[in-house]
Amino acid sequence: MSKLYETKNKTAFREGIRDAVPIGFGYLAVSFSLGIAARKAGLDPFQGFLASFFNNASAGEYAAFTLIAANATYLEIALMTFIANARYILMSCALSQKMSPDTPLIHRFLISFDVTDELFAISIGRPGYLNPYYSYGAFLIALPAWSIGTTLGIITGNILPLRIVSALSVALYGMFLAVIIPPARSNKVILILVILSALCSYLSGVLPVISSLSGGLRTILLTVMISVGAAIFFPIKNPEEDAKDDA
Amino acid sequence: MTHNIYIYILVTGLVSYLIRVLPLTLIRKQIQSRFVRSFLYYVPYVTLSVMTFPAIIEATQVPIAGACALILGMIAAWRGASLFKVSVGCCAVVFLVETFYYFF
Repeated sequence: MSKLYETKNKTAFREGIRDAVPIGFGYLAVSFSLGIAARKAGLDPFQGFLASFFNNASAGEYAAFTLIAANATYLEIALMTFIANARYILMSCALSQKMSPDTPLIHRFLISFDVTDELFAISIGRPGYLNPYYSYGAFLIALPAWSIGTTLGIITGNILPLRIVSALSVALYGMFLAVIIPPARSNKVILILVILSALCSYLSGVLPVISSLSGGLRTILLTVMISVGAAIFFPIKNPEEDAKDDA
Repeated sequence: MTHNIYIYILVTGLVSYLIRVLPLTLIRKQIQSRFVRSFLYYVPYVTLSVMTFPAIIEATQVPIAGACALILGMIAAWRGASLFKVSVGCCAVVFLVETFYYFF
C-alpha cells in the first residue's frame, strides 16, 4: 500500500518536473526583464533573488519595484502587493477544492508558496485530485528559474537579444492555451466561456473607465463576474466526476 | 525617510504568501454549495482566457507574431498536443515570424 503511494508520488514528481520545463523557460525570460526593473529600483542581485523567491508574482513584483524606486512607505507596498496579487486568492480557493480532503496540512502550507498563474494552470490541468508531489516537481524547476532569472536580469541588463526575449515571452501563453483549449473542445460551456472571457478581456482594455484600472484588477473583476454568471446559468452537475481520486 | 530594501522584500513576500496560504489552509473540506463549487470550477478557464487574450499579441515585438502564435497554439492544443509542444511551438512561431518580418 505505502509502496504504491511512493511510486505514484515519484511519478507525479517526475511529471511535475516535465511539465514545468516550458514554464521554466518562460520564467527565465519574464523574470529577466523583471530584473531590469529591480535594478532601476536599486536592488542588488541577491536582493532581486530574494524578492523573486519569496513573491513569485510578475505583476506584483513589477508594481513593488516601481514603488520601491519611488521610496514608498511599507504600507503602500503591502497594499499594492495585495491588489496586484489578489487574483491568487481565487486561484488558491479553486486549488483548495482540487486537493483531497485527506491531504496533510503541511502540503497545503508548502503548495501555497508558489501558486502562480502558470503552476495553477498545470495543476488544474491534472486529472482528479492534485498530488502535492506533482507541485514539488514543478517547483524544483520554476522556483530557481524565476529567482535566478531576476538575478541575471539585474547583473546583465539588456544583453539577451530582444528577439529571443520576444519569442520566450509567449511560452507562458502557449501553456495557458494547452490548458484551456482541450476542455473547451469537449465542453461547450467552457468553450463559450473561453471566447466570452477573451472578448471581455479585450474590451476591458479599450473601453473608457474600465481600461484605466490596473491589469490585475481588471482580471479579478472579469473573472468574478463571468464565473458568477456561469455558475448561475450553468451550475455543474456532479463535481465528483471532475475530481476522481488519483492521488 | 529612507526605507530598508530587505524590509520591503519581507513585506511583499509576507503579503504574497498570506494571500495564497489562507484560502488553501482555511478551506480544507469539499465545499457543499453547488453555486460556489460551480463558480470555482469555472474560475480557472475564465481567468486564464482573460490573461491570455489580448496579452499574447501585446507580448511580442511584432503583434502579428503573437497573433500567429495564438492561432497555431489553439490549433495544436485542439488537436491534443502536449503542454510542452504547444508552448515551444508558440515560441518558434514568434521567432520565425519576427525574423521574417525584420528581414523584409
